[in-house]
Amino acid sequence: MIVARTGNEAMAEAMRQINPDVVAAYPITPATEVVQLFSKFVNDGLVDTQFVPVESEHSACSACVGASAAGARVMTSTASQGLALMHEILFIAAGLRLPIVICLVNRSLSSPINIHCDHSDTLASRDAGWLQIYTENAQEAYDTTIQLVKIAEEILLPGIVSTDAFIISHGMERVELIDDKEIPKFLGERKLNYSLLDTENPITLGPLDLQDYFFEHKRSQIDAMNKVLPVIEKVQKEFGDKFGRHYSTVDEYKVDDAEVAILVMGSTGGTAKVAVERLREKGKKVGLIRTRVYRPFPKDAMTKALSKVKVVGVMDRSDTLSTLGGHLYNDVRSILYKAEKQPLMKNYVYGLGGRDISIEEIEDIYDELLNIQKSGKVAKDIVYFGVRGE
Amino acid sequence: MKKEKEGWKELPIGLVLGAATCLNFETGDWRSEKPVWDAEKCTHCLICWVYCPDSSIIVKDGKVQGIDYKYCKGCGICAEECPPKVKAITMVREEK
Repeated sequence: MIVARTGNEAMAEAMRQINPDVVAAYPITPATEVVQLFSKFVNDGLVDTQFVPVESEHSACSACVGASAAGARVMTSTASQGLALMHEILFIAAGLRLPIVICLVNRSLSSPINIHCDHSDTLASRDAGWLQIYTENAQEAYDTTIQLVKIAEEILLPGIVSTDAFIISHGMERVELIDDKEIPKFLGERKLNYSLLDTENPITLGPLDLQDYFFEHKRSQIDAMNKVLPVIEKVQKEFGDKFGRHYSTVDEYKVDDAEVAILVMGSTGGTAKVAVERLREKGKKVGLIRTRVYRPFPKDAMTKALSKVKVVGVMDRSDTLSTLGGHLYNDVRSILYKAEKQPLMKNYVYGLGGRDISIEEIEDIYDELLNIQKSGKVAKDIVYFGVRGE
Repeated sequence: MKKEKEGWKELPIGLVLGAATCLNFETGDWRSEKPVWDAEKCTHCLICWVYCPDSSIIVKDGKVQGIDYKYCKGCGICAEECPPKVKAITMVREEK
């Protein structure tokens, strides 16, 4: 069914079709709508979900942990400060290997206080042990929400699927919804290796874990992260085969014959595709690499994509505040250390606090990358693109 | 004989243990002083049983039988709470 939906509406529709057992949530701009719409589905009897309206995001995530440990399929939604308040519990959910899924809207972290898009919120939680998938549009957010539930439950890790604040969350787009009946068939029942509610087989969950076992448990968690990329690829393929929309961990657009490429996450991927089209019409060999999956980092697919071009401009909608530029830039620099082919690289930190990025600006970046290719030199490794006073 | 501890691949996923694992955690070896109970003096008021934080006062049919040294940490609360006129429990230094 083809409908008009915002990103938030699309994610709420996906949640309705997934019909989770428990949703515990606290509202926060710009993700409020996701659970607001979902709570209406609950009231209208369209889902069987136990909806828990809690007093904070810390409680929301904690309730999700309890419900997930009891064996429920659990989802929530948040953004920015809400995710920051969940931070403590994020690590616990991941360490306990609970496949909770958060429909997140990327919004800048305070301070200064702001409600618009950058990726500082999820990137500040990148080491919490959650899967992270950044989407380009409402359709992808809808599709990925469904995929992520399956991925999370198969590998037993929690995951975040995110959209860019307002650009996707509140932008109305054409979205193809899958038939309601198909989603439970695609997901199946959550398989349990234990349940807190199984009184016949009582367990202890999350005990104190000291010098003699903590490291082994952490190592096991690291192993799950190491093994999840093939699971993501498998679920993406199953989804594509069944519903006709195919996704990859790293999305390449006209990269094969490109001289230079931009690397991005999120909605800027869509903007950059238009820039690529325009420049291709002028005969310029430019391409686009967009990473959907950020955690775990899709090292092999990324190395392969990057090896195809001579210059790459890494666009980060975040800064690490470490003097080392953006998050994506640092990851990419790291994986290329041992790569045979290392493209020249420049980091463009852009769009903080929702500062708009236009097609023309991205064209300018491509032109600069083409100049770098000609000269063979990167004058400045990290630039703050679109900020006044540079 | 002590069992070899498991490697990470042998552990169940997600920090799960069996139930009532504290039974295997013998906190008795924490003790530096141990309570010694005097059956002659004891009036079986069970105040020590009420206060003991480790359920280490052994009681049968409403009568104190002794102290469970497997779990008693030697905190001394029982000796402190035993009524002044009774003083059936005294703390004695643990000797190796």
